[in-house]
Parts: sequence; C-alpha cells; structure tokens
Amino acid sequence: MADLTHLIAEAEADFINTASMNDLEIAKAKYLGKSGSLTDALKGLGKLSAEERPAAGAAINVVKQAIEAALTARRESILNAEQAKQLAQESIDVTLPARAQSQGGLHPVTLTLKRVEELFHSIGFDVATGPEIETDFYNFTALNIPEDHPARAMHDTFYIDEANVLRTHTSPVQARYMENALKNNQTPPFKIIAPGRVYRVDSDATHSPMFHQVEGLWVDENISFANLKGVVQDFLQKFFERDDLTVRFRPSFFPFTEPSAEMDMSWNGGWLEIGGCGMVHPEVFKHVNIDSEKYRGFAFGLGIERLTMLRYGVNDLRHFFNNDLRFLSQFK
Amino acid sequence: MQFSENWLRSLVHTELDSQALSHALTMAGLEVEEIQPVAASFSKVVVARIISAEKHPDADRLQVCQVDVGLSAPLQIVCGAANARAGLIAPCALVGAELPGISIKQAKVRGIESFGMMCSSKELGITAEATGLLELDSDAIVGQDIREYLDLNDHLFTLKLTPNRSDCLSLTGIARDIVAITGAKANFEAIPTVMAEHAEAKQVIVNEPVACPRYCGRLITGINAQAATPAWMVKRLERSGLRSISVVVDITNYVLLALGQPMHAFDAAKLHGDINVRFAQEGESLGLLNDQTIELKSDDLLIADANGPLALAGVMGGQASAVSDATTDIFLESAFFTPAVIAGKARRLGFSTDSSYRFERGVDFGNTRNAIEYATALIKTLCGGQVGPVTEVMATLPARDSVTLRMSRLVSVLGISLEQQKVAQLLTQLGFAFDCADDVFTVTPPSYRFDITIEEDLIEEIARLHGYDHITAIPPVASLNMLAAPEQHLHLNQLRDGLVSAGYQEVVTYSFVDESWERDLLGNHSPIKLKNPIASNLSVMRTSLWGGLLDTLTYNLNRKQERAYLFEIGAVYHQQAGAYHETTRVSGLAYGSAKPEQWAVSNAEIDFFDVKANVDSLLGADSSSKQVTYEKAEHSALHPGQTARVLLNGKAVGWLGKLHPKWQQHYSFAKSTYLFELDADAVVNRVLPTYQEVSKLLPVRRDLAIVLDESIAVQTVLNAINEENIPLIADVALFDVYQGKGVPESKKSLALSVLMHDTQKTLTDSDADTAIENLLKLLQIKFDAALRN
Repeated sequence: MADLTHLIAEAEADFINTASMNDLEIAKAKYLGKSGSLTDALKGLGKLSAEERPAAGAAINVVKQAIEAALTARRESILNAEQAKQLAQESIDVTLPARAQSQGGLHPVTLTLKRVEELFHSIGFDVATGPEIETDFYNFTALNIPEDHPARAMHDTFYIDEANVLRTHTSPVQARYMENALKNNQTPPFKIIAPGRVYRVDSDATHSPMFHQVEGLWVDENISFANLKGVVQDFLQKFFERDDLTVRFRPSFFPFTEPSAEMDMSWNGGWLEIGGCGMVHPEVFKHVNIDSEKYRGFAFGLGIERLTMLRYGVNDLRHFFNNDLRFLSQFK
Repeated sequence: MQFSENWLRSLVHTELDSQALSHALTMAGLEVEEIQPVAASFSKVVVARIISAEKHPDADRLQVCQVDVGLSAPLQIVCGAANARAGLIAPCALVGAELPGISIKQAKVRGIESFGMMCSSKELGITAEATGLLELDSDAIVGQDIREYLDLNDHLFTLKLTPNRSDCLSLTGIARDIVAITGAKANFEAIPTVMAEHAEAKQVIVNEPVACPRYCGRLITGINAQAATPAWMVKRLERSGLRSISVVVDITNYVLLALGQPMHAFDAAKLHGDINVRFAQEGESLGLLNDQTIELKSDDLLIADANGPLALAGVMGGQASAVSDATTDIFLESAFFTPAVIAGKARRLGFSTDSSYRFERGVDFGNTRNAIEYATALIKTLCGGQVGPVTEVMATLPARDSVTLRMSRLVSVLGISLEQQKVAQLLTQLGFAFDCADDVFTVTPPSYRFDITIEEDLIEEIARLHGYDHITAIPPVASLNMLAAPEQHLHLNQLRDGLVSAGYQEVVTYSFVDESWERDLLGNHSPIKLKNPIASNLSVMRTSLWGGLLDTLTYNLNRKQERAYLFEIGAVYHQQAGAYHETTRVSGLAYGSAKPEQWAVSNAEIDFFDVKANVDSLLGADSSSKQVTYEKAEHSALHPGQTARVLLNGKAVGWLGKLHPKWQQHYSFAKSTYLFELDADAVVNRVLPTYQEVSKLLPVRRDLAIVLDESIAVQTVLNAINEENIPLIADVALFDVYQGKGVPESKKSLALSVLMHDTQKTLTDSDADTAIENLLKLLQIKFDAALRN
C-alpha cells in the first residue's frame, strides 16, 4: 500500500488556501469526501490481506486524523476571521451622542420648597395649606391685626372685595390649621409648615407682587423662644449644608407673635435678613380657643425666593417669574 | 424716622460711638436702617470772607479774589462761581485741603496764582447739587473750621420703627430708650412753665371726650410771625428731613420732633367764637393745608369754631385758619386724640402726616401740657408776643392697668435663666413703676407706652433689653410620632417628577393675568377682579394656567428657543354665588419637535398623541383600576377637530388639545402648540393594589381587522367591547388604523389584538372561534363593522 502521509501536507496546503467555509468544504471533499483520496484508500483496505489490514488501516487513520485536525484548525480560523469581519462591520462610533429624550427640570422655587418640606418632615412637621384668596378675618383679624391697625399699612394688600384679599403672608394657615384641628378634637402638639404663594402690591428689582413663603408653627406645652432659635438654626444649617452658619434674632414686631424677632443669618462675614418669627401671641390662641396658659408655640415665616437666591447664587428676583428656559434649565 | 445724631447725644450721655450706638439700637428693636454723615469727609476748609473780586484778565468767567481766611494776610484765589463777590462769606478750602475727589494745591489758573478754592455745598458733600458758593451768615467767624461752624461732624440716623413703638417717634423717646438699653444717663432739659401775661383765652368745648380726652390751648398775641428761624433750629429740622417753613410752623415741628407731641397753631384772628372738638356732620367740608378740599364723614374728628370746621383733628390743619406772615395772634393747640379715632383717617385721604402717624400709634398723654409750655417758651423767645393762660380740658385718659409678670413664665417662655434682680434692674432702666412680691412683678406702664398691656409685652421688653443674642439656641425636646404616609394619594412632587421625566420644564407664572386672556382665550366673562392690580395686564385671577404657559412660550420663542415643553402646577380661582374657590391644576404645553433635534431620530413635529401619552401617564391610565377615556369636545382655546375632554372613571377631569389656529396666529407661533390641563385632585388619586391570582393557563391571542365607518370614534368601539364583557375575552387592543387602498371610501380599518383567557381550562380553538364570533357580532350590530377580508 502506498504511503499516504504526503496527503497531510497537501491537505494542509489546500486548506490554508481556502478563504471561506464553502471553499473549505470543497477542499475537504478532495480528501474526506465520497471519492476523496482517504475514502478511496479506506475502500482499498478490503483488497488487502488480513495480516496487512490492521497496519494499513492504522496508517490511514493517522493520516485521516491529521487531516481532520488540520480541517478543524482551518475551520476555526475561518470562523474567527468571519466573526472578526462581522464584528468589524458592526463597530460604531461610540462617541456619537445618545438617542436623546429631552429631560425637563423643576423650577428652582420648587427645589427649595422640596428641601424645606423634607427637612421639616424629618423632625415630624406636617404640611398644611390654606386658600390664597383669604378672608380679611384670617389674613388680619385672627392674627391680631384689627381694622385700621398700622400694621395693615405695612402689608400692601391686594384686595378682591371688602372682605377678601390675596393673602399677604402664609400666617393665616396657622389660625386655620389650629381651628380645624380643634374642631376635629385634635389637641397640641401641632407641628406644621405651610408653604405657598403670597402677594403684595410691590414690584421692583427686589420685590415681586407674587412670591413664596413658608410658615412654620410648633405648639406644645413647653416650647420656648430658645427652641425657636434652635429649630431655625438647625434648619438653616441643614438647608445650606453649613455647620458654621448661625442665626441672629433681632427684636421686631408682628401683631401675631410676641416676643417677635427678625431672623438674620450669618453669611459671608455679614448678616442677612431671612424672615420673621416669634412666640405665638396669646390673642391668636384666643381666636382659636387654645389655652395660652397651658400651651405655647412659636411661628416663623421664611421667604422661599430669598433662600433660593442664596442657595444657588441667583442675583435677581425677576428671573424666577420670567421663566427664561436658559435660566430654568440650569437647575437640573 | 430720621434725626441728627448730635441732637440725640445732647439728650443722653453715652460712651458708644456712632456704629456701636447704631448696633445697640438695632439689637434692641429700633432698627437703624441707615447712618449717613451730614457731609463728606474733608479737612482744612474754613470760613472765609471775600475782600475783593476783580475780573480775571484772561478769562471772562473767572474772578481773582482776595480772601480773608483769618490769617495775617489775605489769600489770592481764582474763583469761577457767579456769586463770588466782595463781602461774601463762604467756605474756603486751603492749600493742602482734602475734599471729596480733589486735593487743593497751589496752582496757576490762566496765568494767575491761586492759593485755595472757594467752595459750594456740593463740593463739601453736603448737598447733591449746588449753584455757586455756599453763602454763610454774616455773623460767621472768619477762620473758623467749617465743620465746626456748620456742625458737620454729625450723622443722620434713619430708624425703621415698628408700629408698636410710637414712644420712639421723638428724640426724647429715643434717648429714653437708650437709657433703657444701656443704662446711660438722660440729659433732658426741664421745661419751665411760662406764666400768663394776659388773661385772654379761647373757650374750648370738647364735645367728644372719648375721642379727645385732653386738650390744651393757649392764645399768644402780638408775635412777629416773620422772625427768622434760628440756624440751629433749621439745621435740626433739616437733619430730621423737615424743611423750614416759617418760624411758627418750625417751632411746632420742632416740638413734634423733640417731644413727639404734634402741635398746631391757628391764626387767632381767623377764629370765631369758641373752639369745639366734635365729629363732623354729613355735608361739611374742609379745605386742608395741602390745598385739598375734603368732604367730611361723620367719623372725622374736627377742631371747629362757630363758623365750622377748622382742622381735621390729629391729621392736618385747615387752610383758612393757617398762620401766615401777617399773623400776629396765634391759638396754640396741644392735644391727645384717641388712636382708634385717628387711625385710618389720613390713609382714607391717600396721605399720611407726621401728626396722624403719631396719633394713630399713640402720643404721650402725660406730656400734652409740657409740650404747649415748651412751644410757648420757644415762641416767646423767637417771635416775642404776650402769652395767655393755658385752657385745658381733660376727661378720662387711657388707663394704664398694671400688668403682671411672673418670673416662672418669663424664663419658661424665653427658655433661659434670668435673675429676678436683673429683671428689676431692667424695669427700672425702662422707667416702669413696679412692685415685686415673691416671684411676681406688678408693673404699671408709663403714659408714653401704648404697647404694654399683657404679660407677653413685658416678656418681650425684658428679652430685648437682656439681648436676644443672649438667648441660646436649644433644640426642642418632644415625643416622637411618625407622620401619616397615605399611599393612595400621590404627592404633587411625584407628578412633577413624572412630567420632568417626560421632558417638561416646570415654570411658575403669576396667579393674576390679563383680563383678555380670560375673556378671549377661555371664554370667561366674569373673572375674579383685583380692586388694586399692580398693572392693568395683571388684573384678574386666572381660571386656567394656559395663559401663563402661552406667555412663557412667547417669551422664550422671542429668545430663539425652538422647542418648549412647559408645565405648571398651581391654583386657579373661581367664584360661585359670591364665594371663592381654588383648585389646583396640572397644566402643560408642548411646542416644537417631538424629540430634541438629533442625528439618530427624524425631526418629527409633536402631535396630539404624543401629548396624550403624557396625560395618560399622569393619570396612571395603565392601572386596571382606573378608566381614563377621552371624548371629542370643544374649547374656545383649542382646535375644534383636535380637542378632547379627559375623563377619569367617567368624570370630566380636564382638557387636551391643539391650540386653535387663530390663537396660533395671534401669538405668532410658527408651529402647532398642544395644551393639557387636569385637576390635580383627580390626578393624585391612586387605588391601593390588591393581589389577583395569576393564571397558570396561557392566554390565546387572535388578531383581526375590521372595517367600519370612519366617523366612529375608536374609544366608542373599545368602550362597547368593554361594556359587553364577552366571555373569555380579557383584553382588546388597537394596533393599527388604516385608510386607503383596499378599504372603501369613508371607511377605516381597525386592527385589533384580542387576548382570550380561561381561568379554568386551556382554551381550545373552537372556544376561541366562538368568542371571536361573538365579538364580531357585537361590532356588526353596534357599528355595522365587518371583518376585513
């Protein structure tokens, strides 16, 4: 029987020359196909004697295995090449911009209101609301500002009619909340904040006829002026994320609190006025039938736009209501 | 309240410098708004007299002056002021003087040596404008430092007083509070009684003793009303912001500033018969000093005589009885009017006066007589004349009830510890009369304090004098209870976050809007109107947020934005049967391309269904427990063919649509604009999910296309299927709408996917066939719909 080992090298050469799986199959047929050289050789084994057959068969098998190994190797190599080609074809410029959905944003006043609500919520304050078209009674009288009180002149009130105004502050919510709570047989402690829109007849670079305030109220048996300072200071430190921030109280006058104070906050080496506060006035408690001998409370009002301007460095109040998208989109 | 620091310091000895004094006042509740030096800082300016003034040989407008500045020889100074003349006394800046912005040096002016500069008030920073040199009185001492001569080392203090502190509306009052704050010594001059020189007096009849519990009047005859007001008084008035008018008026103003007591001087020659203090009668009128003639109301308190009203008590005098240069006899008034009677009267007339401002807050009724004595003394000194006796009518003055202050209450309200002795000391500094027994003070407030009626008033006094700064911040101690967290009620912030994710930018617009927006855009002819709007285009309360959104769009399109997705959550305001209602709305506007312009997505314009998806999402339409539907409707702002009323479980909760083309044109929007608005109350409600068994059996899906009349709304078809509850059919969804080739004219083809489901057993084909047949039958009967071949 002829030596077939030369076929290994021939097959290897043929296989190397193939570029595709298809070519490789054709080349394979030449050796391992129905009429391939090795198939022929295997067929020829029948003609050999029983003594010669095992050795010849073994020799053919060696060659066959070698060719099959070469085939597998080539197959893998072609597959790899094809895969590589496909991957190359599928490659993209990953630096192209994403397929964009537009993303909106919240108004900076909302960002502040959210933070204020979250911070006060964390020490158990509920959110209370009240109407913006408010009765003269709740906006003034229930807050110990009777008709013709000089304090009314400080308010620059928008009037709807004789008995109704656009609320000039969020303080009426204090009275409404306490009245309602008592009606529903709830008793202090009361801990609420009342955020919302308020209105004053005033419009210039530092005043807007509409702006936002948040009112805070805590009524309990042992609430003190020192506690008011504590809560306000804690809030401001957390809101501005500055532990070194301190609060200064200055004596002031609001008919619905006594003692009353203006709150100043330390800021860049100076003091900035950020709101008014005080201990709930006994007259206010009287209006809602709370015993001021038993209960005391503090109340405060903060300007939301003011807090927002300080927090984000906004220098002009008018930005908030012009709603320029180039301004608003900065608060994402 | 504005005043001169030097005047104040003449009334109280304090070691504090200007800044420290200002701080002390502010921290005690008398907020110092501003401190301003009366003149700029400068040096080496003296009183000078021009000896001679010759025309400059080479300049028409300049003069060469010889000026006596108090040195051994006169100085030669070139001066350009028109009023420079021989004999004039004026300030002169010497060589080496530092003036605001100029250093004075020896110089040649057009060839002539000049050794200084003659000054105007502007150059000394006393006034903002000046014409010519500051002319000084002839008695000025040449060579004296001008700062000394004009008392320029002084500051103007401006206090922002709170309405409760009427006692500080005078120099005396402020000085008194400095005593209270610092413990300093007061330096009040005693007011002598001026003895009557004749017996002539006006009879005063106070008809309203409650409104006017104390009235003092006095006739002074033979005065010189044309006498000059002395410079020291003019200066103090001017530094308090009051112009010098005439000597008599100046004196009454001076007393008002010094003591806080408004005074009035009538020309006695113009008074007829007795003086009455009474309320006005309907139909009476009065010509006021400000030339305004007013129709009097029955609650206007008057000073009147036999002929009628003379003055609006506590507010303003009348023109007819005013003091003039020709006046020789005056009737001087010092009175106490009850604050509640004066309150609001000036405001009703649209002004405020120094007098009404004080009376409505409370004037010291213990000082009425002192004030008339003080004014009399000044008139006697400055205008001469013969003084008559004081006519005084006194009724019941306001009671100063004693107020109790418990130490226990004081320390617990303030949250600090405080010695009883310290409290006693502070009450003493305040000049309050008090007794102390055990831990309780019984305090009687003085006549000048109208703000001390309850214990809290005293607590505040003690707190402010002790110093708010000395109250340490202490976090409260309280019992802890968790707050409610309702799961079926979304927070508005959750809606905001949803809209932000969908690409919408939040805006905040005014609650008051242009009346035309309400009328034309929204068809609202009776909006809630403001009586005093800030501007005519912000005069009514909105009933929709759309006006503000459209306005915001305009603002941004004008700034070259091409795409805007905006939303606002806020109140709208309605009136119904005289009552006002507010509801919160969630409103949105979309304009421009559906997606931001980009390489990977075609730049399609937004359409109705893009925005509808946002509305669906807001309403939680994918929840099986909510039924969100839309029905064709009409709205004055919207395109008649692209308007839907939004229904939640059958109830109308809002609108969705395309801005009407006529409005698009009105606003000059280049592209279509879509709007939606929903009631927030409806949007925030969610149903608490309850678990339903998940079927182990798989559903069967069949797709079918039906052809029906194009006018039939898809919602109607889907509703009909839902209502019929055909056995086995779990869900029917639309996945295509087609019109065109293969579908007859005025018909449309709807492709529906039908999901069938049996919770008991696996569905067989024939079960499914039956269900589909039932469905088709329903569609055929209700809509004349046929299966598309």
